[in-house]
Amino acid sequence: MSTFITLFTISLNAILAENFILVKFLGICPFMGVSKKTDTALGMGVAVIFVMALASAATWAVNEFLLIRLGLEYMQTVVFILVIAALVQFVEMFLQKALPALYQALGIYLPLITTNCAVLGVALLNIQNGYTFIESVVYGVTGGIGFTLAIVLFSSVRERLEDCDCPKAFRGFPLALIAAGLLALSFMGFSGFKVF
Amino acid sequence: MSFKKQLKDGLLTNNPVLSQLLGMCSTMAITTTLFNGIGMGLSVMVILICSNVVISLLRKVIPDKIRIAAYIVVIAGFVTMVDLLLKAYVPALSESLGVFIPLIVVNCIILGRAEAFASKHGVLASAADGLTQGIGYTAALVVMCIIREFLGSGTFGKGVFGAGSFGATDGIRILPEQYPALLVILPVGGFLTLGCLIAFTQWLNRRIAQKEAQKEAVE
Repeated sequence: MSTFITLFTISLNAILAENFILVKFLGICPFMGVSKKTDTALGMGVAVIFVMALASAATWAVNEFLLIRLGLEYMQTVVFILVIAALVQFVEMFLQKALPALYQALGIYLPLITTNCAVLGVALLNIQNGYTFIESVVYGVTGGIGFTLAIVLFSSVRERLEDCDCPKAFRGFPLALIAAGLLALSFMGFSGFKVF
Repeated sequence: MSFKKQLKDGLLTNNPVLSQLLGMCSTMAITTTLFNGIGMGLSVMVILICSNVVISLLRKVIPDKIRIAAYIVVIAGFVTMVDLLLKAYVPALSESLGVFIPLIVVNCIILGRAEAFASKHGVLASAADGLTQGIGYTAALVVMCIIREFLGSGTFGKGVFGAGSFGATDGIRILPEQYPALLVILPVGGFLTLGCLIAFTQWLNRRIAQKEAQKEAVE
């Protein structure tokens, strides 16, 4: 029972109170870059959930069975980014062969994910927080869900920002940032939120 | 390309954060005190110069197809070095920047400069590019820090000036304690401050472009 509660708390935190984008500032580049339309935002979100889950599992295993055994913990950053890059490449090839329909939908977002700080961030945070394998995977999946939630919400706000009347200097990117700030404000309401 | 023009590019017209809109994660996340801003800026500058130099040296050796992977390995190597050095000599900084030091690996500024500049130019020009873009990044961070720290905690130079141990000093108090708006230091403030700052840069750059166009018309 207590494992369940821990996992539930981790999930709730990752999705709401410590949302990867709006509270932790991880993954801002895709958040800003791919949020102009709701359906592309959703595609990116699904791709991120998928890769974050796989990356959490893979980097946890590599750290536990390779780096710690060999006493090479200081190589974490280098090894993790390579694992993630290889993983993304592998997922891309696998999807292309096995699930062409999904590949068509996610295709263009996958290569971008290698340099998404949310993915490397989740790998590093798993180790820093001392999570077990199951906890790491749950953190990866729910972190991805939090990312998707934020990007989908933001994209529907942004669709409406396109043709609004505002000072010339604010048009485009600055206005989007301010809107994101207001979204972050609403997520702040979840902070300090404890279930048990 | 002259160094002076590169410097102006890095600081204003082609500032990595304010004009190219790169590396925003760290810009918004860590700019709560002046100490963080300067530390992060200098770390990125050092890594940027080193990686630019190495990638420029290797630009004829690295095969085109795997260049991005090769760049990432070079960058990750330097990031690890800086991370370990900070842990050993400036533990206060390493603690307060936390996961954002290893995350410099995926900072788009460094990969962006490697791809857009260092892979096409000589060693000296690439080093100068690393220096000027690094100065631009640091300047953007420091401005963000000063604004957010002033509005959010009412102080200047937390961690650098004032009483206390290095990295944890109180800073110089400007606003009395009951006035600052805590909101500006929270994540919301990061988005709002950066939004306003980018709007200001866009306005400034447009003014500069207009003035130059006028000058050319007169001549």
